[in-house]
Amino acid sequence: MSSLLIAEHNNKEVKPFTLNAITAASQIDPDLHVLVLGHNSETVAKSISEIPNVKKVIHVDNEIYNNYIAENFTSAVVKHAENYSHIICSANTFGKNLMPRIAALLDISQVSDIIKVISADTFLRPIYAGNAFATVKSNDAKKCITIRPTSFEPAETSGGSAEIVKGDAGEQSNHTKFIKKEEIKSDRPELGTARIVISGGRGMQSGENFKLIQDVADKLNAAIGASRAAVDAGYITNDHQVGQTGKVVVPDLYIAVGISGAIQHLAGMKESKIIVAINKDGEAPIFSVADYGLEADLFDALPKFLAELNKLNTIQK
Amino acid sequence: MKILVAVKRVIDYNVQVRVKEDNSGVVTDNVKMSTNPPDDNAVEEAVKIKESGKAKEIVAITVGEEKAQETVRKALAVGADRGIHVKVDGMIEPLAVSKILQKIVDKEKPDLVFMGKQAIDDDCNQTGQMLAALLNWPQATFASKIEVKDKTLEVTREVDEGLETIEVNVPAIITCDLRLNEPRYASLPNIMKAKKKPIEQINAADLGIDTKPRIDQIKVEEPPKRKAGIKVANVEELVQKLKNEAKVI
Repeated sequence: MSSLLIAEHNNKEVKPFTLNAITAASQIDPDLHVLVLGHNSETVAKSISEIPNVKKVIHVDNEIYNNYIAENFTSAVVKHAENYSHIICSANTFGKNLMPRIAALLDISQVSDIIKVISADTFLRPIYAGNAFATVKSNDAKKCITIRPTSFEPAETSGGSAEIVKGDAGEQSNHTKFIKKEEIKSDRPELGTARIVISGGRGMQSGENFKLIQDVADKLNAAIGASRAAVDAGYITNDHQVGQTGKVVVPDLYIAVGISGAIQHLAGMKESKIIVAINKDGEAPIFSVADYGLEADLFDALPKFLAELNKLNTIQK
Repeated sequence: MKILVAVKRVIDYNVQVRVKEDNSGVVTDNVKMSTNPPDDNAVEEAVKIKESGKAKEIVAITVGEEKAQETVRKALAVGADRGIHVKVDGMIEPLAVSKILQKIVDKEKPDLVFMGKQAIDDDCNQTGQMLAALLNWPQATFASKIEVKDKTLEVTREVDEGLETIEVNVPAIITCDLRLNEPRYASLPNIMKAKKKPIEQINAADLGIDTKPRIDQIKVEEPPKRKAGIKVANVEELVQKLKNEAKVI
C-alpha cells in the first residue's frame, strides 16, 4: 500500500514544512501520494508533481478549500484514505489542527510529532517538552502520523514528474466560517527554517527594545524569535514564539538574549547546532544548554555584538 | 448555555522530568502533579463566560486515576459547579479519552466543550479535535480570544503565520492557548466551598469504551545530552568563537 500526505499551501505555493514532511513520509513508504486540497491551486499541484519523492498527486480543486477549514479538509481526506496505509502531514498548526480529526473518524490512535522513522510502524517522538524521547509502535492497521518538520531535511523540489489526477471533493461544513487571517509579513527568513535565529525574552523589557534584536538579525540575516514571556508581555507577536507550545526551531545558530531558559522554551530550541546565551544572571538555566554563554547586560552587549559583527569582513549568508 | 471543561492531571510544569532507569517511562513517584496549564485557561474562560451571564452551568471533567480528581476539585474551587471523574488506571490515549468524553457529552448535553490545546506530558495535541470529529461538531483550536455571540462563537486562533479568526456554531469544541486569559487563584473560602460540590464518579469500563492503548511505548530514553559549553569573557571573544571555532557566522 501507499502513503498519503496532505499538503499545506496557500493556493499558490507549497508551504516549506510540507517539504520536510515529504522527506519523512518517503522514509515510511517510498510510494508516496500527495493530496492537494485547494481552490485555483493548479500551480501547487504542478509544483508538488515535480518533487522527485512524490509518485502521484491527487488534486481536488473546489471553492470550499479556498480557506483552510479543518472540517472541510477532513471530509475529503477520509474520502481518499481507503487505499492508504499511512496518512501523514506536518506537525505545525496546520497538521495539529487537522490530523486528529481525521484519525478519530478512521478510529486510529494518532502518532504525533515524530522526529525519526524507525520502521513503517515504529517512530521516535519527544514527550515532556523534549525531556524524554519515546520509541512507539502503532498497532492500528492504518496509521495517522504527524511529522516534526525541523527533524527532517526538506525534499528536493525539482526533477520529478508525478502523475496528477483529479480527486473528488468532500462535504462542506456549515458550522465553521472563516473570517480572516492576520498574517505578519516580513522580509526576514522564516523562523522555522532560518539558519540563524536570535530570540529575545522578558529581559528585553519592552517592545521598543526589540530594535536591538532586529539590528543584529538584519546583520546576520536571521529570523527573530521570542520566549513566551516576551509574547505574553506584548513585546512581540505570537508568531515569533519558540517553545513547547510555540515553534520548534533547529537553526545552525540560536542566540538567546534575556531569556532565562524555562523548560518550555528549551523544548523549542535545544536541538539547535550552536546555542549562544546572553543574560546578566549567571545562574540562568539557559546557560546549561549554551555552547557559548556571555554573562552580561544585554543593553550593553547587543550594541557591542553588532559593532563586532560589523568589523568582520565576511558574514556567511 | 452549559459548558463542559475537561482537565488533565500532569507532572507540574516546573518539574525537571527524569527518565526511569529501566526506560519504561518517566519518574512520577513523589513528583509534584498539577492541572495541565492550558486546561487552567479553559476553566478560567468558562468561568468568565458564566460571570458575564452567558452560561448557566459549568461541569468540570477529568479522565484518569483516583488522584486525577484533584484537578476537578481545583476547577470547582475557581468556579465550576460540579464535577465528573471518569476512572481509568494506567496509560490512556487521546482517542480513548475523546470516546469517553463523547459519552459524557451525549449524557450532559453541553453547548460548549473547553479544554487545553495540548497536554504537557504526552504533547499529543489531539483530544479536542478527536472529540469534535466524533460528535461532528465544529472545532476552534489554539484559541487566544473567544467572543460569545448568540448562537455562535468568534474565535481567534494562534497559527504559525499569526492569527486567524473563525466563527463556529454552537455546539462547538474549543481548545485553549495559554494566552487566552490569566487563570485566577482559588481563594481559601472557595477551596472550602469546593469540597462540598459534588463529583460524580464513573468507571470507564461502565461506559463500554475500550481504553486499551493501541500504541506500544517500547522505550523511553533521555534525549542526547548537549556537550557542556563555556562562558566567554566578553563580546569580542564571543564573536571570535562563533567565527573561528563554531564557524557559524
